[in-house]
Formats: sequence, C-alpha cells, structure tokens
Amino acid sequence: MATSKRALWGATLAAALVATTAQAATLTVNPGPDAQERLQTALLDAKPGDVVALGAGKFDFTDGLSLDVDNVTVTGAGQGKTVLSFAGQKGAGEGLLITSDGVTVRDLTLQDSKGDGIKSKGADRISFVSLTVQWTGGPKETNGAYGVYPVSSTNVLIDQVTGRGASDAGIYVGQSKNIIVRNSLAEFNVAGIEIENSTDADVFDNVATHNTGGILVFDLPGLPVMGGHSTRIFRNKVVDNDNPNFAPKGNIVASVPVGVGIMLMANRDVHVFDNDISGNQTSAVMLVSFSRSFDDKSYNPLPRDIVVRDNRLGRNGWLPGLPGGKMLAAATGGSLPPILWDGVTTYPGYDGPAPRLYLKDGPVLNLNLPKAGEVEAAKPTVTATLGSPGLPERAAVVLPVGQDKPAQ
Amino acid sequence: MIRLAALLAAVLSLGAAPQPAPVALDALLAEAPAPTLDAYRLFTDQGARAPNAGLTPYALNTPLFSDHSEKSRFLFLPPGTQATYAATGAFAFPVGAALVKTFAYPADLRKPGDQVRFIETRLLIHKPRGWVALTYVWNPEQTQAVLKRAGARLPVAVIDHAGRPLTIDYAVPNTNQCKECHSLSGVLAPIGPKARNLNGDLAYGSRRENQLAHWTRTGLLAGAPDPHAAPRTAVWNDPAEPLADRARAYLDANCGHCHNPEGMASNSGLFLHLEETDPANLGVRRRPVAAGRGSGGLEFDIDPGRPETSILLHRMKSREPGVMMPELGRSLVDEQGVALIADYLRSLPASR
Ligand code: HEC
Ligand code: HEC
Repeated sequence: MATSKRALWGATLAAALVATTAQAATLTVNPGPDAQERLQTALLDAKPGDVVALGAGKFDFTDGLSLDVDNVTVTGAGQGKTVLSFAGQKGAGEGLLITSDGVTVRDLTLQDSKGDGIKSKGADRISFVSLTVQWTGGPKETNGAYGVYPVSSTNVLIDQVTGRGASDAGIYVGQSKNIIVRNSLAEFNVAGIEIENSTDADVFDNVATHNTGGILVFDLPGLPVMGGHSTRIFRNKVVDNDNPNFAPKGNIVASVPVGVGIMLMANRDVHVFDNDISGNQTSAVMLVSFSRSFDDKSYNPLPRDIVVRDNRLGRNGWLPGLPGGKMLAAATGGSLPPILWDGVTTYPGYDGPAPRLYLKDGPVLNLNLPKAGEVEAAKPTVTATLGSPGLPERAAVVLPVGQDKPAQ
Repeated sequence: MIRLAALLAAVLSLGAAPQPAPVALDALLAEAPAPTLDAYRLFTDQGARAPNAGLTPYALNTPLFSDHSEKSRFLFLPPGTQATYAATGAFAFPVGAALVKTFAYPADLRKPGDQVRFIETRLLIHKPRGWVALTYVWNPEQTQAVLKRAGARLPVAVIDHAGRPLTIDYAVPNTNQCKECHSLSGVLAPIGPKARNLNGDLAYGSRRENQLAHWTRTGLLAGAPDPHAAPRTAVWNDPAEPLADRARAYLDANCGHCHNPEGMASNSGLFLHLEETDPANLGVRRRPVAAGRGSGGLEFDIDPGRPETSILLHRMKSREPGVMMPELGRSLVDEQGVALIADYLRSLPASR
C-alpha cells in the first residue's frame, strides 16, 4: 500500500514538474523608451526555465543590467540584429552581470560598455553562444577590459562568440574551471583569447587575428584561485596578430609584445597542437616565466609540462617586439625561430627539477635566461626541437548534460 | 507620582488619537513584497518621519558615502525576539527582523536636517527563507513611497557645500545590485549592524548612550559584552582618532563589503575590510589583475607613500563608470574621503 501510494505521489510530482517545465514563460522585451527598466524588470521577473527574448533593433541603456535567477536564457534575434548599446552608461562595472547558475546568453550584440562587456561571477553552467561583444570605436585604451568575462565560474561554454576591441582580452576566462572556448573570433583586442588562473580548458576551432597577442594562457600570483593548469589549444587559426599594444599601463597584458601568436606564462600542462600560426611578427609560440616580484609562496612562475606539436607554422618572428629583438633576429638569420622559450628553470626558493617541455615544432630559440626577465643576460641557443615526448595530455573537456549542444 | 503622570498622559493621548496600529509583521513576512511602504506600518505618519513602536534608530561609527545623502537607519524586531551578538560579522537577527534605511537630501547641503526631502527607503527583511532587499521610492509630494525593483535615475537638485546649485544624478539601485554590495558568498546579508560599527554613542531623546549598551539594556540584543570589551570601528572624520584607523574604517565602510573574500570583488584579491591584515591583500604594491582602464596607467593599487600613483585613489577620484570605485552607489566624488585616503597613503612607509 505504502509503496504504491509513494509511487502515485511520485507520478503526480513528475507530472507537476513536467507541467512547470511546459509552462516556462517567454518574457519578450523590444527596443524603445525605458528599455533599461523594462529589460531589467524582465531579468528580475524571470523564473527558472524562462526565456527573456529581446526583439530586433537597438536598445540604449544608461546603467548596467544584471541577472541573478538560475536557468534563464537571454536571447536576441541574432548577432547584429539585437544590439544592446551601453554608449550612454552611467554606472556599474560591466554591461550585463550574471551571478546565477545555468544561464545562457545568446544571439545578440552587446557594445560600448564602459567597463567589461558581459561578466559572470561565481556562476555554474554559464553559456555564451553566438554573441558579439565589441567596442565600436576601434582599438582604444579607453575601451573596457574584457568582452566576455566569466570569472570564478564553473562549466563555461563560449561558442561562436566574437570579441572585438577589448583593451585587455576579447574573450577572457579567469579563475574558472571546466571550460570550452570554440568556433569564436577574437580580433582587434590586446589579447584575443585569454585563459588565466583557470583549470581544464579546451580552446579550439577559433580564429584570433589582428590582436596584439592571439591566445594567452597565464597564471598570476596573489589571486584567490591560482595554479592554473590543463589547457589544450588546438585547431585554431592564430594569424596576423599585428595590433600595437593599447592596454593601459599597469595591466599585465600591457607587457605583451605586438605579434605574438600564442603566449604561455607560468602555467602547467598546456598542449598546443594542430593550429595554423602565421603572420605574427614576434613569435608563433612563446613560453615565458612570470618576471615580476611576488610574495606568494605557493605560486610557481614557470611554464611547465608544456607540449607544442604538429602546428602549421607560417612566417613569424620577423620583427620581434622584444628588447634586443632586432639584434636577436639578425643573429638568427633575419627572423626569430618560431618557438621561443625564455629558458628559465628555477626561481628563488625553488629547488625542484627543471620544467618538462616538449617543443616538437621548431626551430626553438632558448634564451637561457638565468632569471625571469633578465634579457640582458640571455645566452640564446637554437635547436631543431626541445625536450622529449611523453607528457600526458588531458582528456577532452566535457560539460554537464544539457549545457553543451553542438554548434549548428 | 511618575506612574500616575504616565497613566494620565497615556489616557490623554488615547483620547487625542487612537494608538497607532503596530508594525505589520504579516506584511513583512509575506511572500510578495508590499507595493507601497506604508503597508508595513513601520512609520505612523504618511511621510515616514515618525517611527512606529518597536523601531530603534541606530547609526554607524563610519557610514557609506552616497552622494552626500543624509541617511536614517532603524532596526525593527518582532515583539519578544532578540538579536544575537557576534564579535565579528553582522549580528544574527530573528526572522521577521527588518532593517530600514532612508536616503534623503536637505535643500542645502550646508544645512543638514533642514527642508529634508526623502528619496528612497530601503529595507532588508529577514524572511523565513533568508534576507530580502527592497527599495521604495518617494513621490515628490512626500506622501507615498512605491516599490522600485528595476532601479532608476532621479535628478536631485540641491545647493552644494560651496553654495552653488547642483543636480545630483541619483541612482536607485536595482534589486540585484543591492545584492552586489550585500552579499556574503552569494547570499544576501546585512552589512552595517556589526558590533564594531555600533560601538559608539547615540542620542536617545535627550540621553546619550552607547548603542551596544542600549540594545542590551532594552532587550534587543543578547550576549553582548561591555562595550569596552567589544571591537570598535573608528570614526572616519574624527581628527582625534589615529589617521590609519580612520582610513581603514573608511575603506571598510565604502569598499570592504565588496572587497573581501566573500564579496562581489573577491576575485580581485584586493581586500579592504577591517579584518584584513596582509599588506599585499590590502593593495600595498599589488598589481591590478582585471582593472583594464581602471588602472589609469598606474602600476600598483597602493604605491606606499605616493597617493598620486596609487590606483586605489585614482579610482576613488573618478566619476567615470568602468573606472570609479565603488562601482555602484555614487555619481559624485567624496572629496573628504579622498583627502583622508590620500593622507593615509602618503603616511605609508615607501621603503621597498
Ligand atoms: C554600493 C553598495 C550598496 C548597494 C548597491 C546597496 N547597499 Fe545597502 N548598504 C551598503 C552599506 C555599505 C551599508 C552599511 C553602511 C551604511 O548603512 O551606511 C548598507 C546598509 C543598508 C541597510 C541597513 C542595514 C545594513 O545592512 O547595514 C539597508 C536596509 C540596505 N542597505 C538596503 C539596501 C537595498 C534594499 C539596496 C538595493 C536597493 C541596497 N541596500 C543597495 C551598501 C550598499
Ligand atoms: C559594488 C562592489 C564594489 C565596491 C563597493 C568597491 N569595489 Fe572595487 N572592485 C569591484 C569589482 C567587481 C572589481 C573588479 C573585480 C574583477 O577583477 O573583476 C573591483 C576592482 C577594484 C580595484 C582593482 C583591483 C585589482 O587589483 O585589480 C581597485 C583598486 C578597487 N576596486 C578599489 C576600490 C575602492 C578603493 C573601493 C572603495 C572606495 C572599492 N573598490 C569599492 C567592486 C567593488
């Protein structure tokens, strides 16, 4: 009796659940006067499962927008069709802020926000799909830092996103875990795509072009989440990254020389393979240690367990934007070898083994710096390859069921 | 004799006007927010100048700067309940508790308390499922305050401290933004009512009393030690207090609710709450991480001894979104706060 009663209850509950899902509402918001209040109200009113649908046309906002309801989809009529403009923004640190779980933002353009474009903080299962986030005045120091900016988030999907004009990174993932960045375009930013202090990221089938640096994988000291590792960068087109660095001084990316394809700094377990890398005047792939002072005892400033293999390298390194770069290039036959390692193997307080690297693509220029950043003391050597195979590659990143739908 | 007088007074007042109805606990605890402020009966008059029985005014040693608005704050506890003391963090409040904060402007900033116009009354209500943040915006007639969830910009005309007309582009936050400041690991929470912020005197009628002592004496608060044994936040604008204490109190009140390991700016690693002791976390020679144009081309959050090259001060002096800090809650620069922090940064030893 009791069992069947429970079963009955279960069935009723299931029916009720189905009913709730079926009742998921669509809250439609169209451009026009009071767009700020109307859209923000919809973002507050939305219930889990609901869709906030933005009509075609241009929306003008005076303040930041924010969403704090789980499992809501915010969708537009398409990139370039639904345009959220923050040119008149008077407050908040970003255009759209998301602090809830299971959110998808898709099919729209967001532009000219005063700080970052779209930020998610502390979100689980956050998806950015078919978006353009841009600054329309071209590359400028006064543009916001990040286009798409998930931070302290878990299960991050960035698919078919264009990031354009960011004064730091067009697509930036920080202090996050389990990440896919694919089918996206990053152009005219300082950094195209940047994965920082993050773990388990797959970055593939993207185009990074006309940035200062194409794809960056960094780890920085002094942050709540540190020790980034396990990133795979593959099947990307990292070409013609030729934008002079326009990052405001003081930011770490302000030190990225113009024309770097892929730059790895102080990170562990990064595999770079099957990419097309060409037209980058400084270097195709650059491995450097973090060269500024730090107090953090748990921080490791060296790139380590790095594999660079089977990439298609075109013309790179002909005018390196490094101190002494021209001389170096002249000394190495007019162009720098495409793969560059600063050669730093230790740091104060460290007595472990030298970092393991397998730089199968080459030639490899090893600067043999005795210490991070001591370029004057370089003893450059060039070898066809460097290191030996055998470093394990992490398995593909898998996102939770329901989050990751294949790109159309 | 005294008792007789009191009785007489009570009878007289009863005769004059009916006893006002008590605070509407059912409205406070209802699932849906009331559309207008009066539904809660927190005040006995239309204009919310007269608090109802059960509301206790309070003040903080060092408040948040909000574009020169005047603020009044009240605590309401359901009859027969108490808050529980905590040495650090906000006190634990019972379900049904409400914290009430009204933002207002005098016609002339040089004459505080004179011709005061209410702008909004904000509530934090402790519902059974947790704290809820709501704000009610006052009509120009000052007769009704209406729930505003999506935020608003209200031009507020005043005479500024120099005697010039000034229009303040006052921002009513949307309710998500309440949580951006009022969050502890993503959960909405009160900020002000902590032991150290309340450990100071307030005038109760004609009598001044330490607030912790008053709350204890009147039964609002359980478990508090003698005020001398409780922590205390400095008064930021009291020149008698040490500069460093005043500056840290200012940074705590104006920045620390976001800049702490559980706050909205946790990922910045810049922690400005009063309990932080690590100089690097406090910004000393700390390089910005995600500041973008907020860095102002400067290298360090705090360049000790050099306010002019400290990002922290640069962002306090800015009015530009994307640069200014706090990133919510002000459109003007707090010149007095800037001067205090500049003095403090100058006082820090520049040795490397
Ligand atoms: C810019 C940050 C910020 C925003 C945005 C903000 N608050 Fe606060 N709030 C504070 C700080 C800091 C205090 C404590 C200091 C003070 O009262 O001066 C406070 C105090 C309060 C209080 C008194 C109880 C307490 O926690 O100290 C209430 C009630 C309140 N806020 C409600 C709200 C509501 C409702 C909203 C949204 C409409 C809101 N706040 C938005 C920062 C903010
Ligand atoms: C409403 C929340 C909030 C308040 C209040 C606030 N901040 Fe911030 N602050 C942020 C956020 C968010 C960031 C950027 C975090 C990130 O990197 O994404 C930030 C970043 C900063 C940075 C750059 C930090 C770095 O190292 O990259 C500085 C400096 C700063 N804030 C100073 C202040 C000061 C000074 C105050 C008080 C006068 C203050 N903030 C108040 C939210 C706030």
